[in-house]
Amino acid sequence: MMSRYLRFMVPLLLFVLLVALLYRGLSLDPKIVPSPLIGKPMPVFSLPQLENPAATLGDRDLRGKVSVLNVWATWCVSCRAEHAVLMELANTGKVNLYGLDYKDERDSAQRWLAQLGNPYIANAFDQNGRVGIDWGVYGTPETFIMDRQGIIRHKHIGPLTRAVLTNEILPLIAALEAETQ
Amino acid sequence: MNRIIPLLLCCLLFASGALHASGTLESFKFATSAEELRFKHLIAELRCLVCQNQSLADSDAELAHDLRVEVYEMLQAGNTNEQIAEFLVERYGDFVLYNPPVKPSTWLIWFGPFVVLIIAMWLLFRALGRQRTATRHEISAEQRKQLEQALHHHPGEDTKS
Repeated sequence: MMSRYLRFMVPLLLFVLLVALLYRGLSLDPKIVPSPLIGKPMPVFSLPQLENPAATLGDRDLRGKVSVLNVWATWCVSCRAEHAVLMELANTGKVNLYGLDYKDERDSAQRWLAQLGNPYIANAFDQNGRVGIDWGVYGTPETFIMDRQGIIRHKHIGPLTRAVLTNEILPLIAALEAETQ
Repeated sequence: MNRIIPLLLCCLLFASGALHASGTLESFKFATSAEELRFKHLIAELRCLVCQNQSLADSDAELAHDLRVEVYEMLQAGNTNEQIAEFLVERYGDFVLYNPPVKPSTWLIWFGPFVVLIIAMWLLFRALGRQRTATRHEISAEQRKQLEQALHHHPGEDTKS
């Protein structure tokens, strides 16, 4: 009796296991690769600013406060879609939003900000993408959130949407702000 | 005039080919062929994150190009293959390696097939053993006699019919 019961139960269990595995595997987005930089200090960098090539922007400017670094470029189509959301984020007045203009042309990037509005406190101009490599950038737009100690706490890959902003980004920033210094 | 156009098109084709070659694999210079082989081997083992089913060697993505340059420069600076792989893993994660390292989160892919093999072997031997005991049924003296009769009588009947 027992073996007869097992004969049905074992394949059934295996099938359920396979379905669970496929359900999990197929619902993952392969384009989103978890960053090994989460929980680590942000990479050391110093780049000329986009708006003012004589001035620099680096990790030192981002330290000591909760900061957001958005990686963007004018050639990046989804960055354009994201831009309105970044403006909204900046308008909350609660975030220190910086930009990393990745593998771009200075003229077109400056024109972009003049036309669409500038949500950033400042932009680092990463012309050859070398700093982008240190940040593990592989698909713009990407957004990093750092705590007061300069530790990377979150990375969002792909364009920010209003839903992501209200459900993930703003609550996280509030939580990081509430952390003791 | 009609002959000039194909000729011009041909020239354009070659020109575009030449343009394309700069910044690709051919643009890297090596002191020895062993070094070149090492470089090609290394970039074939690393995954491009933009087009994920291509290696750094195959991919035409901008990032793949930048990372090839990075790997090349690290190689020229005397870094070992391990150091170069580590450099990329630190930034992009284990995902850049086509050959994943053995650690708790990858135990399933490394040892899973062997576990399945052991279970399958166990099931196979169990089934074979059961079959052997099933064929070893004893028959009684009565049944044996009937069997022998049947065996001896049938050939005769067959020739008659």
